[in-house]
Amino acid sequence: MILARVVGTVVATRKDERLLGSKFLLVRMIDPRGKDEAGYVVTVDTVDAGLGDRVLVVSGSSARMASGLKDCPVDAAIVGVVDTVEVKD
Amino acid sequence: MFLARVIGTVVATRKDPGLAGTKLLVIQPLRPDRAPSGRPLVAVDSVGAGAAEEVFYVRGREAALPFLPAEVPTDAAIVGIVDHWSTS
Repeated sequence: MILARVVGTVVATRKDERLLGSKFLLVRMIDPRGKDEAGYVVTVDTVDAGLGDRVLVVSGSSARMASGLKDCPVDAAIVGVVDTVEVKD
Repeated sequence: MFLARVIGTVVATRKDPGLAGTKLLVIQPLRPDRAPSGRPLVAVDSVGAGAAEEVFYVRGREAALPFLPAEVPTDAAIVGIVDHWSTS
């Protein structure tokens, strides 16, 4: 999973029918210390994250294991809102 | 599977029900010479790894398999604590 910060929302009226009702958030990848990294991803939010939240994003086919996404055409899902990250190196 | 070092922990109270009770660790992928290789990522621990330990981890859909029959929505899981490795 990668760490990211929610930077926006995505609205799409015409979309795959399995995506109806999904909430799409635009996230930017960050490093464990919170610094911005290159790269933005459109994700499906399953945990009610909000703008500015640090989140955990699961990618690839594993994203379909997130709650409510079985058989949905998604490859990135927010599965957690991060409280704290502690890093030592 | 890939080599990595555990460099931190993540706490997330609000999360997918499938992640409840799991241990989330920040890992830094390593080259065989122990130099960092690419970005750190967050992996679910399945073997009781801890801070600063060298581990190997599995990516992709297979990362959920150590936790069967529970369905854990993760794309990275630590599946071994490395005692040592060598290259010839």
